[in-house]
Amino acid sequence: MSPPPPAPDVAPAWALRSRGLHRHLGQDEGRVHVLKGVSFEAERGQVYAIVGPSGCGKSTLLYLLGLLDRPDDGEIEINGRRMSNHDDAARTAARGEHIGFVFQFHFLMLEFSALENVMMPMRKLGRLPPAAMRERAHALLDSVGLGAKTHRLGTQLSGGEQQRVAIARALANQPAILLADEPTGNLDVRNSNLVFDLLTRLAKDNGQAVVLVTHNPEIAQRCDVTRPMRDGLFV
Amino acid sequence: MTSPNLRIAYRFLTAKKRAMVMSLSCTVLGVGLFIVTQATTSGFERFFTKTILGINGAIRIEDKIQDTMRSMAAAGGGDSHFARRDGVKYIEGIEEPQALMAAVREFANVRGVSAVVRGNVQLQSAFKAEDAQVFGIRLEDHLRVSDLAEQVTNGSLEDFRNSPSGALVGRVLADRLQLAVGDSLLISARGASRRVQVAAIYETGYREVDKTNVYLHQPEARSLLKRPSGATFLQISLHDPTRAPQDAARLEQVLRHSVKAWQEREKTWLAVFRALRISTMITVSVFTLIASLAMFNTLAMIVLEKTKDIAILRSMGYERRDVTRIFLAQAGIVLAVGAVAGALLGAAVTWLVSQVPLPINGIFKTDRFIVTWDAAHYAGAVLTAVVMVMVASLIPARRAARLEPGDIVRGTAQ
Ligand SMILES: Nc1ncnc2c1ncn2[C@@H]1O[C@H](COP(=O)(O)OP(=O)(O)OP(=O)(O)O)[C@@H](O)[C@H]1O
Ligand SMILES: [Mg+2]
Repeated sequence: MSPPPPAPDVAPAWALRSRGLHRHLGQDEGRVHVLKGVSFEAERGQVYAIVGPSGCGKSTLLYLLGLLDRPDDGEIEINGRRMSNHDDAARTAARGEHIGFVFQFHFLMLEFSALENVMMPMRKLGRLPPAAMRERAHALLDSVGLGAKTHRLGTQLSGGEQQRVAIARALANQPAILLADEPTGNLDVRNSNLVFDLLTRLAKDNGQAVVLVTHNPEIAQRCDVTRPMRDGLFV
Repeated sequence: MTSPNLRIAYRFLTAKKRAMVMSLSCTVLGVGLFIVTQATTSGFERFFTKTILGINGAIRIEDKIQDTMRSMAAAGGGDSHFARRDGVKYIEGIEEPQALMAAVREFANVRGVSAVVRGNVQLQSAFKAEDAQVFGIRLEDHLRVSDLAEQVTNGSLEDFRNSPSGALVGRVLADRLQLAVGDSLLISARGASRRVQVAAIYETGYREVDKTNVYLHQPEARSLLKRPSGATFLQISLHDPTRAPQDAARLEQVLRHSVKAWQEREKTWLAVFRALRISTMITVSVFTLIASLAMFNTLAMIVLEKTKDIAILRSMGYERRDVTRIFLAQAGIVLAVGAVAGALLGAAVTWLVSQVPLPINGIFKTDRFIVTWDAAHYAGAVLTAVVMVMVASLIPARRAARLEPGDIVRGTAQ
């Protein structure tokens, strides 16, 4: 295959494109080649599952795609803009505006209530008036089944509840891309279905690209695209 | 944009209550003690200044500059400055006090001028003899350049005013000679002697003065000292005594007499007070230093504990400078509360200290601890705390801002 034409504006269907991503982790003798030239695209309105054994590099890839980490080599485009070489300020702005991220382990700022956690990205972006932020945060918490616990502090929520608040928070600014590292890892069947249905609906209704890392074969199967990964490469 | 950061700062801070209370109390102590020490040291300094201004006025004009030397020096060309410095000669005393006083009164800052005739004398009471100095004054003039009116402790100024041969005797001298108001004493100078009456006893608190100075009416002093005209010096009071050095320089230039400001006259004591103020300031700065270290420690601890929150914030679009601000705002909150509480503490302790009985006599006289109330002390205390605490906070705040979200979530940060 010849390389793609150097068009500045890529087909708008791609919310996210990356190619040839390399990432080493660790220092000196401990240095490991974790990602070995991964390429990944996500189209608007589609739900993707990245699956693979523990330690194959799924989280590492997701941090790169979420602009939380820099690749040693390779390129990342968000909404047609090349982000991998940008400075921290531009990448931070892109995170706030275009990307929603759900971490694999730590979810909430524990000194804040569920509602405040969900409002946090909206407050930074500052697009909505405070009353509208509050209303939207309520609606989002409702949609993940936590409408009755909006004022609970992070410390007063179970792991699964925290995870659902984190999903609501990742959706707060209506990001074009949602990246979620095992968003259903702590959830029972009912709630993982609830969350998965919500994400699929958002993808279809709002044209958001949703990328999930999951160990749950059922969930993976219900996604539009499943990308199995092994040892730092898609197979 | 600042409001979410401030809110986050507040929650982070209150989540670490014990550390916060620690840095807060250090800040309160630092600010409070700074204020108290400044209020007390400058209290004594100001009281000393008031005492010596009340005795000797702000400026003294003494001795005429010999004019021949000046014309010589002016003709001397390049070396004129040195020639004048080395060659300056004085003619003792003031020849024409009236003319000079009129010229002095032209200066805007001058409040009053008094011509004084001074001479060494011996005093003889029924009990014993003492050396002393006589000051021949015109009472009305001298009241404008001194606090003589308030310094009288026994007898009354009225009695002195109304008795041409009355004398004002210092407290220490009166005690040594066992003199009371109404007693008579013999003053001798240059072989002549006169009998005068103690009209009143005064006390300045400045021991050197209280044991040597005797005030007489000028005609009495003139005939005693055999000095029918002229004056020994002019004593001047100013509306703004802090400007005395500049005024003295101008007066010297214009009047061609040796003119000394009180700051130069009393520079030894003023230097002592300055040293005292600086040394207490250094001592107290240690508290502010501890406050800034405590703040550093608190913030460093919060940064460590909140790295994951920092990663979450950064993933949501919060910038590095938001993180910096969140941590500086925590220092700001502690400083704001600490400054207010510290100022209140400082004011309260200053008041308490001012109630402490503390008899001092020697360079001034007081029976209480002396304090001053000066907004500049409060501003200085707060400013010192703000600068030191903020500088100490910058380090953890900037370290927090430098953390890479990727490193944090992998647990490889720092
Ligand atoms: N700081 C590090 N130094 C060296 N190697 C590291 C470091 N952090 C992670 N790794 C390695 O990188 C590889 C990929 O880790 P990553 O977290 O991406 O795996 P994962 O696919 O998300 O696994 P899981 O399904 O368990 O979450 C792992 O083999 C891990 O051992
Ligand atoms: Mg992982």
